[in-house]
Amino acid sequence: MYEGIDGIRVIFEGINFQRLMVGLLVTLKIAAVSVAVSIPVGVLFGILMTSRKKWVRLLCYFYLDAIRIIPILVLLFVFYFEITRVFKIQWSGEFVAIIVFSMWGIAEMGDLTRGAIRSLPKHQIESALALGLSENAIHRHIIIPQITRRLIPPSINLITRMIKTTPLVALISVIEILKVGQQIIEYNLYRNSTASFWIYGFIFIVYFLLCYPIAEVSRRLEKRWG
Amino acid sequence: MSKISFKAAASLAITLIFALSLGVLSACEKEGEKQQTANTKSSLDVIKERGVLRVAVFADKYPFGYKDSLGQVQGYDVYFAKRLAKELLGDENKIQYEFVDPAGRIPILESDRVDITLANFTITEERKQKVDFALPYLKTAIGIVSPQSALVKSIADLKGKKLLVSKGTTSEDFFRKNHPEVELLAFDQITEGYQALKDGRGAGFAQDNTEVLAWARKNAGFQVGIGDIGTVDGIGAAVKKGNTDLLNFINKTIEKLAAERFFHADFEATLRDAYGADANPEDLVVEGGKI
Repeated sequence: MYEGIDGIRVIFEGINFQRLMVGLLVTLKIAAVSVAVSIPVGVLFGILMTSRKKWVRLLCYFYLDAIRIIPILVLLFVFYFEITRVFKIQWSGEFVAIIVFSMWGIAEMGDLTRGAIRSLPKHQIESALALGLSENAIHRHIIIPQITRRLIPPSINLITRMIKTTPLVALISVIEILKVGQQIIEYNLYRNSTASFWIYGFIFIVYFLLCYPIAEVSRRLEKRWG
Repeated sequence: MSKISFKAAASLAITLIFALSLGVLSACEKEGEKQQTANTKSSLDVIKERGVLRVAVFADKYPFGYKDSLGQVQGYDVYFAKRLAKELLGDENKIQYEFVDPAGRIPILESDRVDITLANFTITEERKQKVDFALPYLKTAIGIVSPQSALVKSIADLKGKKLLVSKGTTSEDFFRKNHPEVELLAFDQITEGYQALKDGRGAGFAQDNTEVLAWARKNAGFQVGIGDIGTVDGIGAAVKKGNTDLLNFINKTIEKLAAERFFHADFEATLRDAYGADANPEDLVVEGGKI
């Protein structure tokens, strides 16, 4: 039985450290792929949300509201268990996690983009139209450059939120860093009374190291473009 | 740049994505049909052909299913799973483990992701509607662990206090049905429940008695005040509803293993360390499926 500061060795016992790092890779993989899909597709989705066609807007809002109303956990369960049961397809847990997180990211990123476009003064677009600019040119020279700057702070917020939501995937048998941590803590319940402190502390630092640089980059970009 | 506007490009991209996903879905559906025709074969032959037994176990429930510091899966359930693989496939290592949480034990069977759930699964009438249980290999009742300074000795002691439970467990069911007056605080993870108890967020933590006894033994200041709530339940392996071949195989194996007192050996190998020298295996072990 280890106690006090001695308990820290739980992180390096056996292959525990390696297991935590493998778990971190799973976290990173799910978050990185989902973000890489969500940002570009989400921006396109947001532009579609400002479409002049009513049925396009209706479809977009239906998707957005559906994703917002249904908890992510339910989406994970539906895609992991129910789709398999009904269609007999066996998607891996990681794949399901990436699909669901991307669906969520696209919806949220789309709404952020829509907000950014709507926040532009209307006269800019009207003046451009009056000057005879094409819709394409308006998007390229007026809308996109301005919303890019406005989108940076909220999309950084979205990215860090996605990273921090990844532990949910443990419920569809994907073993990411937090779940590895819990396995280690459980094994050490009777061996090391401070295991949970050290393991959760370690995971806290890992998450911080993951999310802080992203926030820092956003701060610099804001300063440079602000 | 091209003459296509951004909006048109966006609609095109999104239509493409939808079309692609539909294509993937329908392609997968066809694959599913193939699988279904294969299912008319005996489920045992399917496993033998695959050459590996797929088992859902816990990876965070010491000493029943857990990973040690070397990342090896261990525990009472795992010991039995290995024997099943040996009996069926001739090699105890021909197992593919899926690690579940309590709430995932039934859906993982229903969605055909594993052949057997061997995760400290208490046999209840309600669960029998959804999965088929093999003969029990362990028995349990509900126990409540609480701090010695404010020991919970009866359910009446819980009045006006919070009781911690794990979601999807027998303990949660029992209190929701029979003692609605007790306020429950439910956690997804067993680990979280114990942490909450240590943090004083509830008067006690209700779990299978095996579980709380072991925990209290190693955590100074905590004790199991009541250990026999509810009825004595069997714990057994579960298979997908209607998978009779595999079910019969497990039952026959359990009956056969009684002669060598297999589960007593399992107890000595995996539970003795957790429950200590004083523990009586007869309180927990079931041989030949007879409680």
